[in-house]
Amino acid sequence: MRLTGKAAFAVAGIVALTLSGCGAKEEAPATASAKPAAKPPAPFPSTYKAYPNIATAIRNVTIYDGEGGKIDNGVVFMSGGKISSVGGPETPIPADIAVFDGAGKFVTPGIIDIHSHLGDYPSPSVEAHSDGNEATSPTTPEVWAEHSVWPQDPGFSRALANGGVTALQVLPGSANLMGGRSVVLKNVYARTVQGMKFPGAPYGMKMACGENPKRVYGARNRMPSTRMGNVAVNRQTWIKAQEYKKKRDSGKDFNRDIGMETLAGVLDGDISIQNHCYRADEMAIVLDMAKEFGYKVSTFHHAVESYKIADLLRDNGVCSAVWADWWGFKMEAYDAIPENAAILHNTGACVIIHSDDENQIQRLNQEAAKAQADGRRMGINIADAEVIKWLTYNPAKALGIGDKTGSLKPGKMADVVLWNGNPLSVYARPEKVWIDGALMFDAKDPKLRPVSDFELGQPGEGDAK
Amino acid sequence: MIRLRQGFGGQARFLFAAAALTVLSSPAFAETIAITGGRVIIGDGSAPIEGGTVIVRNGNIVAAGAGVAVPAGARQIDASGKWVTPGVFAGFTRLGLAEVDAVNGTNDKSGGKSGFSAAIDIAPAIDPFRTPFAVNRSAGVTRAVVAPEGNDTIFAGQGAIADLGADSNAVTKPRAFQFAEFGEAGARSSGGSRAGNHLHFRAMLREAQDYAANRNAFDDELLKAEDAKALLSVLRGEQLLLIHVEGANDILRLIELKREFPSIKMVFVGVTEGWRVAAQLAQAGIPVIASALNDLPASFEMLGATQSNIGRMKSAGVKVAIGMINDRDSHQLRYTTQYAGNLVSLESVPNATGLSWNEAFAAISSVPADIMGVGDRYGSLKAGRAGDVVVWDGDPLELSSAPTTVIIDGIDQPLGNRQNRLRDRYARPTEGNLPKAYDR
Repeated sequence: MRLTGKAAFAVAGIVALTLSGCGAKEEAPATASAKPAAKPPAPFPSTYKAYPNIATAIRNVTIYDGEGGKIDNGVVFMSGGKISSVGGPETPIPADIAVFDGAGKFVTPGIIDIHSHLGDYPSPSVEAHSDGNEATSPTTPEVWAEHSVWPQDPGFSRALANGGVTALQVLPGSANLMGGRSVVLKNVYARTVQGMKFPGAPYGMKMACGENPKRVYGARNRMPSTRMGNVAVNRQTWIKAQEYKKKRDSGKDFNRDIGMETLAGVLDGDISIQNHCYRADEMAIVLDMAKEFGYKVSTFHHAVESYKIADLLRDNGVCSAVWADWWGFKMEAYDAIPENAAILHNTGACVIIHSDDENQIQRLNQEAAKAQADGRRMGINIADAEVIKWLTYNPAKALGIGDKTGSLKPGKMADVVLWNGNPLSVYARPEKVWIDGALMFDAKDPKLRPVSDFELGQPGEGDAK
Repeated sequence: MIRLRQGFGGQARFLFAAAALTVLSSPAFAETIAITGGRVIIGDGSAPIEGGTVIVRNGNIVAAGAGVAVPAGARQIDASGKWVTPGVFAGFTRLGLAEVDAVNGTNDKSGGKSGFSAAIDIAPAIDPFRTPFAVNRSAGVTRAVVAPEGNDTIFAGQGAIADLGADSNAVTKPRAFQFAEFGEAGARSSGGSRAGNHLHFRAMLREAQDYAANRNAFDDELLKAEDAKALLSVLRGEQLLLIHVEGANDILRLIELKREFPSIKMVFVGVTEGWRVAAQLAQAGIPVIASALNDLPASFEMLGATQSNIGRMKSAGVKVAIGMINDRDSHQLRYTTQYAGNLVSLESVPNATGLSWNEAFAAISSVPADIMGVGDRYGSLKAGRAGDVVVWDGDPLELSSAPTTVIIDGIDQPLGNRQNRLRDRYARPTEGNLPKAYDR
């Protein structure tokens, strides 16, 4: 019963679960309230620094700006690691800079995967690398995905070269109801995970509904073994988090608890909830639980039944991170339909296409195209430029980095992909990828194909993968 | 009467009608169909034929190409502006062996703890009423290689070739091949050692020979008598042996085994590192059903993984088709066209090797059929082949395209499925005057 998708690990008896969660939030409002007991300074800070860039323009190119805009024969000009200007053919291009002719080609913002396990379930997927699920307790808000991320995962390079992925959220798996903190990375190899951390990105916390937690712990004859057990354990834990937050805010001495710090951070609005949840009825229960305790769900991940409650999700401002067409690998994925994204979009709810998979992260553009086509066949016509938003601005917003990346707007990070054709066609491939204005992949330059330590000296080192 | 899954409402009535018809008349359905005006893909790697005609009569292809006359009385399907191809022949699947993978009662992929190995015949477990049939039929897949999963044994049992027609019998050819695991999976089944795996392989075949020589003296140390019987047809070359193997060294060592047992007709499956030993594969004349897009070192036997694998093997002269072993192989046969399309786009990547469009389509139609020994009946639009024809609203390898007509054995197929019913119910998610449960 070997299933490839991480979500599919839901299969009986396999402990090395890579399950996922969901939840993105809009930019978390920074908590203004003064915290009497000073919050500890953020440990493990990002040491990522943009690599050197040269001012570059691409002209005569079709641009999808990531926020639903399309420009024909356009110009994208980046300098100093930022987007300087984006516009039509008349857009001025300074002299003495690198200029690429984009005839027949397309430019999009860098692709963002809101749901990845690169690094915490890296390749090769040997037992010794299985670092995504701290499946020893149903609630482990104290663990941080970044402490499992192996920066040498060959998967980062494939996501870059074949998928045009410039940023990703790495999540703990979904064995646990509360799986721990996620981390947002720039898709740039570094010697340390700190060197990959997206500067200024808020943390997320992974939660999981449904089959996985109840199966993993039910099999050990401990709570939760049912869906009602899932909710009960969650609510008990949120009550403790509220008490902890109260104590922390009281100004009196208190014992630090790193799990409770994460949960209190959620209640503060500083940490977004990324909630793995397949079934519509369970999502509705989670939304009520969030109201009960005063937190917000950013995104439901693997939300295969979102289409059934698209109005509810729209009204609650919650994104759905979905696959185009995964279905049938487990019971809670039985009602998945390929029109899920289109129905959500048509209802006015937020759509994100995610991977949860080291292979499909290389083809998120194709997954979006399939979802678009399935919508068209049921009479829902969604423009290409809108569909690109599912892969760029929507996930950026849901991760709280929408002001920094995710669209081609002046002043934002120059995270840019030049495709050799329409990225919604199966025949398109990334030709160049810039991250913070630095050219990090060029299909035409073998020296700009990153090779992780693991692949150095191995068969196929530096090959076109 | 055909038993289809739960209520299918409006479309259901059509489904039921079509299905009933199929049972009564298949395969001697005496209709003549002429598909005209489309871009015709024969499926053998030849160039598309613009404005071609395909004639299907009594369940079979009669003619396909340019300048083919439409017989009097034929039912015409106007394919102007569309593409007409042989149905997709999915090269390696577990179609019909699971409804929900993680629900054990619906999962029949392996022989389980039956105690048998090579004797397992997967055919009766292939259930055409399982949802993946309808879903993948509506995506243009008409035939599939269906293999059992290995389960603590080198020889997983005998697989079949299935059709995706909406009728009560899915099995086109039962016991079409024996399936075996080598490499890491094979080693696991032999106590965790590749050496043990090779020894097991030889010893089991020897036991099968002993069985043939003297049934009464048969020592069933490794094989039950039924398993030994099943392996005899492999040994005699009467039944193909499909072997899952990934790594370069494992491939080479298997090529040596093939020399030791020259009568065995081997086909390799998976073959992620095939490009590293492509010349040897070509020289040994062993065809391959490869995974198209493996490009990660998912295991140490896949260190050299690259999407260029199929293109490079093909360039070296290996006969290679696209399959999807252990890659959502029970549900997502519809990925086959997307995978083929990706190999076409790979041609635009410097230092990569993909396939031309014509080669890519052949890799999901005539080539897998040829490799499975049924190329004279399936996989191409040539006179005498089964009437498996798909009309697409665009380039079949493109993400935006879908079939508008699917014909299997000359019979028009229903294109509805359970997913469509959910789609229609929730096209507007809000409830109306009655709960959604009344909406169908």
